[in-house]
Amino acid sequence: KALRVRPVAMAAGGTLSILRSDSYADLSQYRDQHFRGTRYDQERLLRKSCTLYVGNLSFYTTEEQIHELFGKSGDIKKVIMGLDKVKKTACGFCFVEYYARGDAENAMRYINGTRLDDRIIRTDWDAGFKEGRQYGRGRSGGQVRDEYRQDYDAGRGGYGKTVQCQ
Amino acid sequence: MSRRRHSDDSDAGQPHKRRRTSEPSEIEERLESLICRVGEKSNSSLESNLEGLAGVLEADLPNYKSKILRILCTVARLLPEKLTVYTTLVGLLNARNYNFGGEFVEAMIRQLKECLKVNMYNEAVHLVRFLSDLVNCHVIAAPSMVAMFENFVSVTQEEDVPQVRCDWYMFAFLSSLPWVGKELYEKKDAEMDRLLSQTESYLKRRQKIHVPMLQVWTADKPHPQEEVSDCLWSQIQKLKKDRWQERHILRPYLAFDSILCEALQHNLPPFTPPPHTEDSVYPMPRVIFRMFDYTDDPEGPVMPGSHSVERFVIEENLHCIIKSHWKERKTCAAQLLSYPGNNKIPLNYHIVEVIFAELFQLPSPPHIEVMYTTLLIELCKLQPGSLPQVLAQATEMLYMRLDTMNTTCVDRFINWFSHHLSNFQFRWSWEDWSDCLTQDLEKPKPKFVREVLEKCMRLSYHQRIIDIVPASFSVLSPANPVCIYKYGDESNRSLPGYTVALCLTIAIKNKASNDEIFSILKDVPNPNQDDDDDEGFTFNPLKIEVFVQTLLHLAAKSFSHSFSALAKFHEVFKTLAESDEGKLHVLRVVYEVWKNHPQMIAVLVDKMIRTQIVDCAAVANWIFSSELAHDFTRFYIWEILHSTIRKMNKHVLKIHKELEETKARLARQHKRRDSDDDDDDDDRSSDREDGPLEEQIERLQEKVESAQSEQKNLFLVIFQRFIMLLTEHLVRCETGGIDVFTPWYKSCIERLQQIFLQHHQIIQQYMVTLENLLFTAELDHHILAVFQQFCALQA
Repeated sequence: KALRVRPVAMAAGGTLSILRSDSYADLSQYRDQHFRGTRYDQERLLRKSCTLYVGNLSFYTTEEQIHELFGKSGDIKKVIMGLDKVKKTACGFCFVEYYARGDAENAMRYINGTRLDDRIIRTDWDAGFKEGRQYGRGRSGGQVRDEYRQDYDAGRGGYGKTVQCQ
Repeated sequence: MSRRRHSDDSDAGQPHKRRRTSEPSEIEERLESLICRVGEKSNSSLESNLEGLAGVLEADLPNYKSKILRILCTVARLLPEKLTVYTTLVGLLNARNYNFGGEFVEAMIRQLKECLKVNMYNEAVHLVRFLSDLVNCHVIAAPSMVAMFENFVSVTQEEDVPQVRCDWYMFAFLSSLPWVGKELYEKKDAEMDRLLSQTESYLKRRQKIHVPMLQVWTADKPHPQEEVSDCLWSQIQKLKKDRWQERHILRPYLAFDSILCEALQHNLPPFTPPPHTEDSVYPMPRVIFRMFDYTDDPEGPVMPGSHSVERFVIEENLHCIIKSHWKERKTCAAQLLSYPGNNKIPLNYHIVEVIFAELFQLPSPPHIEVMYTTLLIELCKLQPGSLPQVLAQATEMLYMRLDTMNTTCVDRFINWFSHHLSNFQFRWSWEDWSDCLTQDLEKPKPKFVREVLEKCMRLSYHQRIIDIVPASFSVLSPANPVCIYKYGDESNRSLPGYTVALCLTIAIKNKASNDEIFSILKDVPNPNQDDDDDEGFTFNPLKIEVFVQTLLHLAAKSFSHSFSALAKFHEVFKTLAESDEGKLHVLRVVYEVWKNHPQMIAVLVDKMIRTQIVDCAAVANWIFSSELAHDFTRFYIWEILHSTIRKMNKHVLKIHKELEETKARLARQHKRRDSDDDDDDDDRSSDREDGPLEEQIERLQEKVESAQSEQKNLFLVIFQRFIMLLTEHLVRCETGGIDVFTPWYKSCIERLQQIFLQHHQIIQQYMVTLENLLFTAELDHHILAVFQQFCALQA
């Protein structure tokens, strides 16, 4: 007996652009400058990606916590913790890859901009993990944003690196 | 293409003429935008906006009639919360252009038929309601609307059709009456009385076996949990008693009465409800969720009573707003909070109640659970001075009623509350809940707090949880999620396998290969030696124990470490777990090592299923095994089981999709071949191409059948184990003369219900087997009742 699948698209009439609005799941303005390939390639990959970049994590946030939170929007295929290139310790970002894009979209809609370890975290589409991308790109080994930041952030090693060196 | 000079005069009857200034698609977008936005916050009044828009659209009718028709039909279907705004607009257009009114009505009927054909019943209700409100706008003649409703209600007298079919047609009729009851009753009171009386007798004779399965609480105090149809009936009766006076709905058309009453009305064409077919899928029955009444907000405006039509309209509209804007949480929150009537109704209470109604809805919430958490947070941000208090009050009320709350709903409450707290530094007045500390740990309240704290820990870390609760709550605090390695201590050296474990540890640390591991394990004696006839790799529980304990201990640092370990030694795992007993034992050992860290158990089981180290049936058997009896009522166990079932379901769907795609490819190829008959330049031999595809289809067909069989087996195993477990309990209670209804029993029977509800579409396929094989008449009536409730759901 065939599986009963309910037809999704209706024959008569479409939908309204007001209801098609999905701003949380849209691509942001950010494009990875280190991406190898054209802008077009990058955007094509972003639009079908199941991988999210997650930023503003505390250095102490664990893979387990990330798994628990992001598991709320669907089954996670893999979590890759971002590491300081020199120290090889967590430096406040990670990648979360889902099996299904729809689950990643829900994470963008409902987990982006909420708190983990008391910090508002930010998620964005990622073109896909490649070896090497788990490392911070700042000169000191962490993320670029922690190089120049002026404020004191206890969860991200205190002051920015430039400030620390003063 | 016309060779006439471009001009921008309004030359009617030139459908392909382009305006010099804009492209047609731009105009369509503009029209859509104008129509969608009418009714939103504006400097002018709604009436003047509607009048203005009607003028614009009337002018555009010659060139854009079909687009305007389409947009209006779509808003009727998809923006039901603005129903009366759009019916007024249509009324104004009809007053200016009778033909257009007629065409619109026809288009709506076509759309309605289409919706019913493709099982879009929720949207069909909105269309019916729209049509009925058009009576108020003098677009549709009342008698013809009554005639349509007569056809709807007569469905309740059809024989041999599912009750849910009759339910829908009755609901479509009743739920339109808040809008149009007055008008219809004024014009056709005798017919309406007859319809109402037919409806009443249908409601009296319809069966309600399924209702307990859909109720959030098992108690009817303080709020009865009626089915939607029963509640709506009471509401309509009250409305009728009030002489159909309804004051909540905003009716912009009243301001235009003098214009509209001059308009000519159209008669609805006779509408025959499409017959029931095998492919018809009607909406699930629903139970109304209520948690508030007027006593809960003594300071504010009075909350409309549970049987007032006002309550119905408010709830409908709030649900519609969520349905329209679920993807845009900020917009959704803003739209909910700007629902009109703000100072006449306790809006925050309505919003919170409607959101929890969806979150706790059985079988499943309309949207993904996490959406509701985030939506509530957005609402708290927009109303920081009032909404958090209502939410806290709601949480308190839900806690107080935990004893009778359905286990599935408790799960959702746990998930919501812990996630919510994690966004607010876990601040909560835990001491208010100290009453649960004196209760048996298996009772719902302490159980709830334990599970919440465990979930809170998963979102933070162990010490944090110790810090946030009063010291008295330590008995409910989660265990420190550390690994238990039985070969860890020197004092354990007398344990069989200890030396091998040591050996393994060193080997793995030195990056041993799978083969080296095998050779080390060869030395492990088999306590089941008598059962062996060949050497090596039959079920050896000790081998499994030593290997799995050691490996998991070495990889304990993080999920990633453990996953790498599983991947690296996949071959060893597959071999050791080849038999069914092997699979079961692997799971047992995983549990022994990680029983303090349920989250780790869950992710390991998930990985082992995905890498085919264990199969779904093994997980099901493990969950029902006596070793896990102690944890049987813990939340994480059921998360694992349902996740396992979902993986199985997704697997079947995936292969089925592959099969359908391959069949489609073959069909396209045949089509190409047939049309390319004369094309000799095509050097691809079509015969050669067919072969592999047809073989592929055959293979996929086998794969589908085998997957479906595995899926069915999984459910049968689960049901079987439930029946055994419950029967054991019932017999024990009966012979011991003790009350059946222990916390464990309530939890277990509701877990059985949960299996049925959460996977009802799949399980529907197995009804015959279930009836004949498992849920037979000899079964204890307590257990059989669950099956009967399930059968009644779509009967």
